[in-house]
Amino acid sequence: MTVDPWILAFSFLTVAATIFMGFWTARRSRTASDFFVAGRSVSVGWNASAISGEYLSAASFMGIAGMVMKNGYDALWYPVCYACGYLFLLLFIAGPLRRFGAYTIPDFAEGRYDSPVFRKIAVIFVLFIGFFYTMPQMKGAGTTLAYIFPGLDYRWGVILVGAVITLNVSLGGMKGITLVQACQYWAKMFAIAVPVFVLMSVYGSYGTQLSPNAPGRKPLPPTAPADAAWGSPFGPLTTKAAKAANATPRWHPTPELREGLSEVPTPTRTAARLMLATPEALAKSRAALLVRAMLEDTATTTVTGTNTPTMAEREAILDKGLAEEGILLVPAGPKEIWAVTTAQAARFQYPKANARALSLVYTYSLIIALVCGTAGLPHILVRFYTNPDGVAAKRTTMWVMILIGIFYVFPPVFGVLGRNLLPELYSAIGATGTDKVVLELPSLLNQKVPGLGSILSGITCAGAFAAFMSTFSGLLVSMTGALAHDVYGRMLRPQATPAQRMFAFKIAAVIIGVVAILLGMCVEKLDINFMVGQAFAIAAASYFPLLFLSAWWRGMTVAGAATGMLVGGLLALAGVSLTSFTDLKLLPLDSFWAANPLARILCEQPAIWAVPLAISLMILVSKLTAHAVPKDVRMKMLVLHAPEKLGLKQEYIQEHQAGH
Amino acid sequence: MGAQVAAPPQGVLLPSPGRLAKNGAVHKPVNSTIDIHSEEFLRQLMRRQLRLSVGCAATFLVALLGLPLANYFAPDLMATRVFGFTMSWLILGVLFFPLVWVIAWVFIRRSIALEEAEAAEVARSAAATPAGQPLH
Repeated sequence: MTVDPWILAFSFLTVAATIFMGFWTARRSRTASDFFVAGRSVSVGWNASAISGEYLSAASFMGIAGMVMKNGYDALWYPVCYACGYLFLLLFIAGPLRRFGAYTIPDFAEGRYDSPVFRKIAVIFVLFIGFFYTMPQMKGAGTTLAYIFPGLDYRWGVILVGAVITLNVSLGGMKGITLVQACQYWAKMFAIAVPVFVLMSVYGSYGTQLSPNAPGRKPLPPTAPADAAWGSPFGPLTTKAAKAANATPRWHPTPELREGLSEVPTPTRTAARLMLATPEALAKSRAALLVRAMLEDTATTTVTGTNTPTMAEREAILDKGLAEEGILLVPAGPKEIWAVTTAQAARFQYPKANARALSLVYTYSLIIALVCGTAGLPHILVRFYTNPDGVAAKRTTMWVMILIGIFYVFPPVFGVLGRNLLPELYSAIGATGTDKVVLELPSLLNQKVPGLGSILSGITCAGAFAAFMSTFSGLLVSMTGALAHDVYGRMLRPQATPAQRMFAFKIAAVIIGVVAILLGMCVEKLDINFMVGQAFAIAAASYFPLLFLSAWWRGMTVAGAATGMLVGGLLALAGVSLTSFTDLKLLPLDSFWAANPLARILCEQPAIWAVPLAISLMILVSKLTAHAVPKDVRMKMLVLHAPEKLGLKQEYIQEHQAGH
Repeated sequence: MGAQVAAPPQGVLLPSPGRLAKNGAVHKPVNSTIDIHSEEFLRQLMRRQLRLSVGCAATFLVALLGLPLANYFAPDLMATRVFGFTMSWLILGVLFFPLVWVIAWVFIRRSIALEEAEAAEVARSAAATPAGQPLH
């Protein structure tokens, strides 16, 4: 496959425009405030576009379409909850945080609790969640570049995109990034909507393509989920754990079963006895045993008509024979297989996991993780500070909801169309599989109108570039802010002049950018969704409870806040890691998960227990350390909640400075 | 707090601190002073805001958490085809976004109105306060 000139041209244009805008705004970003919070003077329209631009990451642009294509209905929760999470942010967190007027989350953490130690913990979490969220963006960059230039090393994509954004952030800071991200939102919106409309006009509308007998539909490969499972709730994604559990039946190993052997007809009994007699052979492989068992049975060769039946044939013969006789071979332990009648088996088998009920648990946990996680992502929160006042912050949020809501309707359409028109993507996984449906699907139009497909495919590639570049720039600004403002400006050199602070911002941007590039190079093998999922799980169980309770409960103490945040966040991380390390074959827990599907779901999607755990811990520890509630908590709460017109913030700062 | 930039109060009355003012009555007459530093003012402020937020959140949570239940208990109804979509897909993939917009819009309008009402109330009460009280 050669490089498509249209794809190359559009991608180049996006990168070039990003660099140009970076330089252009660099001349206009002068003060420290410009760098950290864009001078708090960004207009509602620009800011709403910029927030939306930052929010719609590679996971949104490419990942959702791929997931919908792969998993069907279940994956729809992702776009919906990404949008709903924003509503939660608006309802409970945006207003109070904006009124408090701190630059970063660590500022808020320290300001609310008067605790420099807590600032340090918060900084670590900002960097931690930030890097987790950066890695999938980097992976998106690497795989997209490898798609545009077949054969190009994955690492070059990471380096190129990382370098461009690091340059932009260090040149223009938050102010520069705001313009770039705003433009990138519209680039993404255009890039996802236009190809969808063109594709729908050619191949049929969203609803038509979704109906079972869609026109122009190609046959599905065996790796694709069937229509019934794909289109209905509780499909492949949420029932995976229960299905795995039910695929390997489990048995109560009681003596009764062993006695049951006598009821089994002779030939099978011989075979089974043989198995029981040679545990070493059994330990080696089930297949070896089956061969031995079948050697006893001279009929084997006559059935297959050949002297050396393959292993699969032998297994099939044995299984068939056993089924005819009503016999099951039951794995009763690591070195034991029992032969029992099906009637006995039914009595001794564990009940099958209720796939639908477990799937419901999974769905709820996913909803909580995504909604609370969105409300706790530090790089999204920092954006609220760029509004001139609280009313503007709220208006901005309304527009963000509309802008991202409209966007999120489109990626699932790509998934649906991709399932019908490009089913060959099911045969590969990850970046070469359904994840690239957004990039590849428009090129189908070349068959109808030569050239049109390439142009549209070029546009979606440019959109993908815009997606991971804008999210990465937002992350870089928030992490750089944490490093330059919190670590340098507050911990290392509180006396630094504004010029020194700005210089520190630039240096910090380069440091974080380089670390992000290096980390991005290590994650080629990891799944994008696994990494995004971890970031959301940690944010949901740490920042969300912290921000929610800090804004609305006066009794919270620093000990309670820190305990809940650390325990909740780290346990969520541990749960997600356990399951993903098993999937990556680093941990031998497969049989444990198969035996305990509920445990698997609760570890894979920990939010359903981790969020309530973090909140209860915060309340419990705060009650125990009630003497440590900040003395001026009433004033703090007033600043968090009183209308800004009352000017309490000003009064609070004066009082605070006088007091220290 | 050097670099902290907070919007200066633009031609707005500075609230009278009145921390020592005796505001014993629970049900105040209309024209009595509102002490913005009092426990009572803060509690009322937070309660009003929280009530609004929780009300909006509840509407949205009923829809968000109710949909899986509907899928679970009424699978046939949710699988009904509407314009080619299944009912459930149409709700989640398309109709949910306008619902979120409506909730956000209602919340923003009400919360701006609430803030203005609170500010106006304080301003009215400050104007009614006899002059001569020590300013902060």
